[in-house]
Formats: sequence, structure tokens, C-alpha cells
Amino acid sequence: MVTTDVPDIARVREVPRTVKDTASYTVFRVVNACVLLIICGVTLYPFVNLAAKAFSSQGYIMAGQVNLWPRGFNLTTLEWLAQQERFWTGYGNTIIQTVGGTTIAMVLTTTMAYALAKKHLKGRGIVVAMVVVTMFFNGGLIPNYLLITNLGFKNTVWAIIIPNAISAFNLLVMKAFFENFPSELEEAAAIDGMTTYGIFFRIVLPLSKAVIATMILFYAVFFWNSWFPAMLYLSDADLQPVTLYLRNLLAGASGAGREAGMEEVQIGSNLKAVTMLLTVVPIIAVYPFVQKYFVTGVMLGSVKG
Amino acid sequence: MAPETGTVETVPPARGDDPPAGAPAASRGGGSRPPQQVRNKDTWARALRRDWRLYTFLILPIIYLLIFRYTPMAGNVVAFRRFRPGGSMFGDEWVGLYYFQAFIQDPKFWEVFLNTVILGALTLIVVFPLPIVLALMLNELRSRRFKKFAQTITYLPHFMSMVIVAGFVFELTAINGTINQIISGLGSDPISFMQKAEWFRQIYVSSEIWQTVGFGTILYLAALTTIDDQLYEAARIDGANRWQQTWHITLPGIRPTIVVLLILNIGTFMAVGFEKVLLLYNPLTYPTADVIATYLYRVGINSGSFSYAAAIGLFEAVIGLTLVLSANLIAKRTVGASLW
Repeated sequence: MVTTDVPDIARVREVPRTVKDTASYTVFRVVNACVLLIICGVTLYPFVNLAAKAFSSQGYIMAGQVNLWPRGFNLTTLEWLAQQERFWTGYGNTIIQTVGGTTIAMVLTTTMAYALAKKHLKGRGIVVAMVVVTMFFNGGLIPNYLLITNLGFKNTVWAIIIPNAISAFNLLVMKAFFENFPSELEEAAAIDGMTTYGIFFRIVLPLSKAVIATMILFYAVFFWNSWFPAMLYLSDADLQPVTLYLRNLLAGASGAGREAGMEEVQIGSNLKAVTMLLTVVPIIAVYPFVQKYFVTGVMLGSVKG
Repeated sequence: MAPETGTVETVPPARGDDPPAGAPAASRGGGSRPPQQVRNKDTWARALRRDWRLYTFLILPIIYLLIFRYTPMAGNVVAFRRFRPGGSMFGDEWVGLYYFQAFIQDPKFWEVFLNTVILGALTLIVVFPLPIVLALMLNELRSRRFKKFAQTITYLPHFMSMVIVAGFVFELTAINGTINQIISGLGSDPISFMQKAEWFRQIYVSSEIWQTVGFGTILYLAALTTIDDQLYEAARIDGANRWQQTWHITLPGIRPTIVVLLILNIGTFMAVGFEKVLLLYNPLTYPTADVIATYLYRVGINSGSFSYAAAIGLFEAVIGLTLVLSANLIAKRTVGASLW
């Protein structure tokens, strides 16, 4: 039995299995695969439905006939929205806030994680504790609001990009990654006369692309998606991100619908779909390319032997 | 030699007859002095001299943490002091527990407290186990391509803005949305879900599942890869079927991961999806949807009662902290896995 088993395991390492599947296990595997397909379908459905509604005419949405495929294909709402200056201002603001926030966050997180990954660094424990405490206890909405207001950040881009510059979780993932970084490389560079700065920028960073890409993705997605800080601190519509534009549209459309009847709900429905689609497209477009990085990146930081 | 040893006044050099040398000998001689104090001071100075470049990496982040993480923590003192608009962010005069008494006597507070606990419990009981199940299901797949495909798809919702998720919920539950089409197809009357308080919890939990379950599998899948294949081999030789292998090897293998994530989830028990509730609820659904966080948002930011809202927030944070500390302690005692 053992002799027939060994090559089998060598071939299929990820999924160990019985020598020969029992009938019930085969049934289970088929059912399992089907259920997973259904789960994928359910996960994707809202996106498909959104796209269908975005290109449908209002009459069909109204009649409840748009599910998987656009009906009464039209682009009028898209054209209308494309001419809305507010929308594009919001889009531009989102890009500024995402790029600015991610840059600042990456500089602070990377340097801090690298320094804290050095086990011999005196005082390291205290700083790590300072970070960990923030994961379990934070100031809360009101003190944060008062702080940001007192600093004069209201109606400036700083209110969005500064308070979220270091995420404790991201920092710990990066720190774990740098701790596993082969120290021989750094030692060799040090012997060659490189300073800590040189080692960090010319040896460590170029070899940490996976984790850096992951962190950029996490921060960028965070800033791209954020809307609540903008609602709190940016009353000036010229500074608001596109997510807040969308949120006001959602809130406004449902409010208008209740007061003015079905007509406006249904106009809103099409417009909402188009706006949502345009907000989501950048993430969907980048997602397939960065996906492989974040899986390895998160695992590098989380699984320790 | 003499000026170097001259720094020691009370204790004479222990080994005056040591081979004469420069700095190394002097520092070795220092070892015989009152040990801890001197060595520590010495090490800080040496650490700074040796690692000053590393410390420069920490300056900005530490200043950042002090201002943006620790100042707001101290700012909670405003819960004990009366805040005046335009006054200090820490409040202006002590009122002790006045604001805490106020919210304890506020019936509205207990309503939102109950809603918070119910939504938190539902999230913990319903949503928390699902990533484990999904990870086990994905692990049974033999086709790597299908596995990767399924992962790619199920991770995606995690990257959506809460505004987008809310938009999906509005679209799907709309009177002419997909869910109501199915209901009509089955011969019932359409339901205006978002206007009915009795539906809010189901909608909240479903959208939470949709958004978080796939990404939640990532750590479990990572943990699964660390389980030793030899264990499965041994189990098969003992005649264990697939289910028994899962029960006796796979689940115990990922138990530390489960425990750690459970503790983290318990820690966020009270902080149920504030943004999501804020986007989804409306006055009609307040009876089930209004949670502590949204209530304190309305009281604090919209009505300007900063001290009162800060007191509620502090109360919530302390409960969260207590929960995570006790969960960690219990986990340490019972299963031997913990966060720290």
C-alpha cells in the first residue's frame, strides 16, 4: 500500500487524497466544485447587473427587466455624466488624494517597518508596542474630529491623506517581511562600505517588490475608496472625491424618490449605475495585475514557520 | 590612561595591573563597576552612535503616531469636561461623569446599544465561520486554475468602496431590482426592503458576507499550506476517509489561525460596520439599524454635543478593549493560542 502511495503524493502535493477516491468522495468533489461556481456567480452578479443597468434605457429598468444583459441599449446617461464638471472634479480629487496619501503612507510605513525589523535596535520594543496599542484602542470619532479641526486641516487635502498615513496592520506585515529578509545580503553590502541608507534604498527596497506592491495596493485602494473623512472634513465641493459625489447621488436619489414618486427613482437608478461603474472601473482594471502580488505579500507577512 | 580611569571616583579600578591599553581595556574595566546602570547608559549611547541612521527612519513615524494616534486618545478626556465651541479640544471645565450618567439614562442609547450587540453577534456567529468553510472548499479543488479563478473572483468585493457596496444593495433590493423580480416570479408581492426595519439585519449580514468572505479565506489558505503532508499520509494508512482527515488534521492544523482571527473579530464586535450602516440606514429603519457609532455621529458631529458623544465613544472603546483582552486571556488558557 505504501509503495503505491508514495509517487501519488509526490505528484499531487497540494491536495493529499486517498489512494483511490471512494464514490461518495467523488460525489462530494463534484458538488463542491458546483457550489464554488455558484458562489463565484453570486459574487459577480452585482457587477454584471450594474453594467447591464448602466447601458439600459430607463423604461426597461423601471419595468424590472434588466438583470444580466442591457435592454434598450443607450449611452445617453454616460454622455450626460461625462459632461458633468462636478463628476470630473471629483475624479481628479480622488486621484490626487490617492497618489498623495499612498506616497506619504508608503514613505512612513516602509522606513518605520525597516527600522523596527532590526532586532538589535534599542527601544524597538517600546515603539512596536506603541503601534500595536493603536490596533486595539483608538481615539474615536469625536477626539479625532476635534484634532483635525484644531489643526486647521478642514477643507484641505491634508485632512484626508495625513490621518490615515500609517496603518498598524500594514506596518506589521511589512515588518514581518523585512525580518525575514536575508541578512547576508545586508551584511555583504555593509562590508562593502554601504551605510544603512544605501543598504535600504539600493539593496532592500529593490528586492522587496512583492510586499511593496501589496502595500501600495492596500493604501491606494483605501484612499480611492474613502468617502467618510471627506464627508466630515471637506464641505467645499471642489475638493470632494468622486466617492462622495456618488454617495450624495445615492442619498439624494433615494430621498427624491420617496418624495417625488417612481419617475425619479428610476432615473436615479440608471444614473447611479453609470456613476458607480465609472468609479469602480479603475480598480477592476488594475486588479488582475496586482492580484498575484497581494496574495504572496500578505502570506509573506502572516505565515511564520 | 589616567584621565580615562579618572572618571571613576568612588570605585578604584579593579584591575589596575591589567595590560595597559586604550579604549577596550578601559571599557572592560568598567564592567566591574555597579553593573546595570552604567552598562545601560553605555548601550544607549552606543546604540545611538551605531544605529543613528536607523533612528532617523523612526523620527517622523513616531511624531506622527504621537500626534495622530495618541493625542486623540488623550482627547477622550473631553468626555469628562464640558466642550465649548471654539475652546480647547480637551474641554474647558471638569464635569466628572456627568455625560456618562446622561447617556446611561438616555433610552435612545440603550436602543442603539442593543442594535449594536445584535448586529455584532450576528456578524460573529454567521459571518466569521464562513471563510473557514470556503477555504476548506477551495482546498478540496484539484484544478489549480479553477482554484485561482475562484480566489480571484471571491477576493474582488473586498476592494470595493463601501459606497459601491451600498449602491449594489440599493440596486438589488430596489422595488424593481433582481430580488423583487424573483419574489414576484414566485407569486408574492414585492417588498420595499430598505424602508422596512425588519429587513435591515438580513440585508446588512448578507452584504457583509458578500464583501468579506472571499478575502477572509486568504489567511486560512496560507495556514493550510503549512500543514505537513505526512500527517495526511499517515491518516490514510490508518484508513481515515476524507472527512476524518479534515476533522482530525486540517481543522486542528489551522486552529491557531482561527483563534487569532476570532480574538481580533471579538475586538471589533462593538465597532460594527459604521460606514455601511451610515450609508444604508434611514429614519424608517432606525429601530433596527441605528448603532452606537451612527448615533454618536449624529449626536456629536451633526448636533455638536461633542462631550456627550465622546463619552459614548469612550464607553464603546472600553467595551471593545475589555472584550479583546478577555478573549485573548481565555484563548491562552484554553487552547494555548493567543495574540500575545
